[in-house]
Parts: sequence; C-alpha cells; structure tokens
Amino acid sequence: MALYATRRARNKVAVFCAGAATLFGLTWLVLILAVLLWEGFSGLSLSVFTEMTPPPGSAGGLLNPIMGSLVMTSIAVVIGTPLGILAGTYMAEYGRYDRLTMIVRFINDILLSAPSIVIGLFVYEVMVAQMGHFSGWAGAVALAVIVVPVVVRTTEDMLILVPDTLREAAASIGLPRSLMIKKVAYRAARAGMITGVLLAVARISGETAPLLFTALNNQFWSSDMNAPMASLPVVIFQFALSPYKDWQALAWTGALIITLAVLALSIIARSLTAQRKSS
Amino acid sequence: MVDVALQGGAVGTDQQVDRAKVLQRLRMSDALFRGMTRLAAIAVLIILSGIIASLVYGSWPALRTFGVSFLFDESWNPVTEKFGAIAPIYGTIMTSLIAMLIAVPVGLFIAMFLTELCPMWLRRPIGIAIELLAGIPSIIYGIWGLFVFAPFLQQYVQPFLIEAFGDIPVLSTLFAGPPYGIGVLTAGLILAIMVLPFITSISRDVFQAVPPVLKEAAYGLGCTTWEVWRYVVLPYTRVGVIGGVMLGLGRALGETMAVTFVIGNAHRISGSILAPGTTISATIANEFTEAVGDLYTSSLIALGLILFVITFIVLAIARLMLMRLNAKVGG
Repeated sequence: MALYATRRARNKVAVFCAGAATLFGLTWLVLILAVLLWEGFSGLSLSVFTEMTPPPGSAGGLLNPIMGSLVMTSIAVVIGTPLGILAGTYMAEYGRYDRLTMIVRFINDILLSAPSIVIGLFVYEVMVAQMGHFSGWAGAVALAVIVVPVVVRTTEDMLILVPDTLREAAASIGLPRSLMIKKVAYRAARAGMITGVLLAVARISGETAPLLFTALNNQFWSSDMNAPMASLPVVIFQFALSPYKDWQALAWTGALIITLAVLALSIIARSLTAQRKSS
Repeated sequence: MVDVALQGGAVGTDQQVDRAKVLQRLRMSDALFRGMTRLAAIAVLIILSGIIASLVYGSWPALRTFGVSFLFDESWNPVTEKFGAIAPIYGTIMTSLIAMLIAVPVGLFIAMFLTELCPMWLRRPIGIAIELLAGIPSIIYGIWGLFVFAPFLQQYVQPFLIEAFGDIPVLSTLFAGPPYGIGVLTAGLILAIMVLPFITSISRDVFQAVPPVLKEAAYGLGCTTWEVWRYVVLPYTRVGVIGGVMLGLGRALGETMAVTFVIGNAHRISGSILAPGTTISATIANEFTEAVGDLYTSSLIALGLILFVITFIVLAIARLMLMRLNAKVGG
C-alpha cells in the first residue's frame, strides 16, 4: 500500500507542476501585453499617425517609420511571394519525391529559423557594400529573403493537401499540367496559401535585426528607395535605448502598433485556415 | 478542354491547323512553367549558398589577420584593431543555456498539461494564447525586458540571489554582485520566455501524434497520468521532443533584439551571471553601423559567420530528428 501512496503522491506533484507551468507561461503573456497596452495607449494619439519623428525633447509622431515599414514590407512581399510560391509548387507538384525537393526542403527549413541578423549581414555584403550606401531597397530585399522560406513551406504543405483525385480529373479532360496547377490546385489550396503570405507579413513586420544595417534609419520623410529609410522596429530600437522620455513614450506606442498589427494578421490567418477545415 | 484553355483565342476556319498550333503553345507554356518552378526551387539553394559565400568573403580579412586565435581571443579593441570572438561566443552559449534550462522543463510540462490534463474546452484557447506568444516580435520582449523586467530583477530578485548564495562556494561566484539589472541572467530569462512557446507548441504537436491505443493500454494497467506520460508518451516521442528543443535552441542562439536591450554589451567573460556581457548577435547589432575600418567590419562579419555555422548545425540536427519522428509516425 505504501507503493501505491508514493505513486499517487508522485502523480499529484507532476500534475501540480504541469498546471503551475501553464499558469507560469500564461502569466508572462498577460504581463507583457498588460504593460504594452498600458504604456502604448497612454501615448497613442492622432499626431502619432500624422507627424514625423521628432528631435529629442519635442512632440512628434511616427508617420515616416510607419510608411517606411509599409513600403518595405509590401516590396518584400511582392519580391518574395512569387518566388516562394513557384518553389513550393515545384516541390509539391513536379518533383514531390525527387532529390532536389528533399534538399530544398531541408535547406528551406533551416532558412526558416536562421538568425535574421545574419540575413542582414548577407544583404549588407551583397547590396549595401556594392552600392556604397544604405537604402530602402536593401531593407526590402533583406525582408524578402525572410518571406521566401515561410511562403515555400506553406505553399508546399497546402498543395500536398490537395486531393490527387482533383488533379486526375483535370488531367483526364486533357488539361495541361501547368494549367491544372494554376486553375485547379492553386484554387483548392488558395486559403492556405494566403495564410502563408499573411504569416510571412506578420513575421517581417516585427523584424528589426535585418534592417539595422540595410535600410538603416531616417529622421525625415523619404520616399526615395535609394536612400536610407526609417522603419518602425528600428525607430523603436533607437528611441527605447535613448535617455529621452518623449522618445521612450513613442517607442512604446510604436511597439503597441506593431504588436496589434501582428496579432491581427495572425488571427486573420488562423480564421482563414479554420474556415477551410470546417467547410 | 484545349479550346477552353485557349480562352477565346482565335478559332479560325481551319480547325486542324489551329489545334496543332494551340497544342504547341500549351506544350511550350507547360515546359516554361515547369522550368520556372524548378528555377525558383534552386533559388532557395542559391540564397543559402549566397549567405555562406558572402559571410566567408566578408570575414576573410579578419580570419586572415587573426587566424584560429580569433576564436579564443578575449580582447575586443577597436582602437588597436585587436579582435577576438570568445567573449561573445561565451555570452551566446551562456544566455541560451539559461534559457533552455528554464524553457525546456516548463515547456514540456505545459505540453503535458495541454495533451493529458486540460479540460477539452480550455485546450484551444490556451493553445492559441501560447501560439500568439510565439508570434510577438522579439523587439517587444526587448523593450519590455529593458523597462519592466530588468528594474524588477535589480530591485527584488538579484539582491536576494546575492544574499542567498553568498556563502556557498561555487554559487557565490556565479551570483556575485552588484545587481546591475541588465546582464547575462536577465538576457537568459527573456530568451526563456521567448523560446517557451516554440518548445511548447512543437512538443504538444509531437505528443498528440502518440497513438491513443498505447496510452489507453497503459491507463488500463492502472498507470497514473504521470506514469503514462513519463514511460509511454515521452519514450515514444523522444526524438521529436529533442528536435523541438534543438529548434528552440536555434532560436535562442540567433535571437538579436530581445537580447541586445538587456545584455549590457560588455566584451568580457565574467564568472558572475549577474554581470553584463554580450552575445554574437548583440555585438553585431550594436556595433556594425558604427564600425570604422575594414578589419573592424570584417571581424563583426566573422562573428556572424560563427553564429551562422553554430545555428546551422543545431537546426540541421533538429530537422533530422523531426524527420526521423515523422518517418516513424508515417510508417
């Protein structure tokens, strides 16, 4: 009976640990979000979206970094998405079992979690050092390099889920393979592929490290992609580490904007795939 | 269907000729599309080799000047242009080690809670919350660590640690004062919070892959929840769990922003984990734009190369392990 009691006691301890661990994990989420909402909303006003980043000690907004982030993110998606979708298409449709696919899948999975600062160094070497100056283009390309593996992965996964009977039906009425992919497979996998792109956007909109020495930063409004460009994460980094209270407040507000955007994107992405599963 | 594929293209009087033309065109576009997708797949490989090549090229001046001793030298002096990588390497490994020591057991326990104990209606919300935690950009963890977590540690936790371990031989050096707030321990703790959701969600997925029959059989023998998890679930999923842990380790090693805010950027190896230090990624983030001179820049890129090699090995092992588990579940 003593053995039985120890076993039960041990089980109780383990169950308690599991519950405590879950509470512990959720506590951090609550703590971080609470501080973020509190500090972020106290600085949130219309001028954040209408004014430029201020010099220290005066009021201002985050208009130029917000625009810079939007522009660079859009260009990164425009460059990275087609490349990712095509590569994912090859892996799922043409060479599902060949050696190239195996290698690309392995390499892609590594790129997926490769340190983003290394990607910044890569683009610095390839673009900034060659052109001789920092630029918005370099920032966009660095982000695109992060977009590609995310899109490759989701495209491949989603196309593999498309039932082969659909492909066979298309082939049986004489549809060429490329049209079968574009008109049948893509349509069947559309929700999942859009999810992949949204997840990629969510991922890059918070990325700071690859922008630090590609797009650098810019105190002023700039629509010139050939010049250094401000972005929200880099401005947060700079302002948070500064000794000025105004800048720190703006950094919190910027952090809130990014987090809300990222959370919204991931919730939309999640609901897209959820719909697909239920239908 | 060929006519449909033509999409309103000219259907002339001589149907036979047009049909041949259209078929020819379709064959061409088919080959073209296939070629494009193949090229894109190869582009992924080119990106990786480009990263490696550019890092090696960029770090060549530093590697040539310092040789192998770059790896073991502690000095980091931009004025005399003497650089060594051991302090950042030590910081990277130390912070990741602290992070994993906390995140692995906690993450595994949360995954156990989610798969074995949690009531059904709570599983989805908690699962989603954990995944949202994984989606928060690392800079948010950094700014939170700097303004909230570090002051808290400095005021309440670190004085207590210094006091409590002050008389115990090894631990007294490990927790030697003064309480800076920022430092290796703080960075490690922030990393732990960041890595926790990755480890949790992967181990949860892996635990769910265990065939229910196995668990039911164990429960049927009268095993407790803990015994089922410890002696059935964990052995069955061991490879996958290790893969997930390695994936989290890869994240922790390469993480930049969360660490840069709270590490203190001090190029020295200190016996105390309360002291400021630096990691590879924090050094690059802090100093790269201010680096003057080719040797300085090149040394920073060499640090990047070291980081990439370390994470590449860790991630490759992680993927191989996860692939082995998938093969087992699939076969």
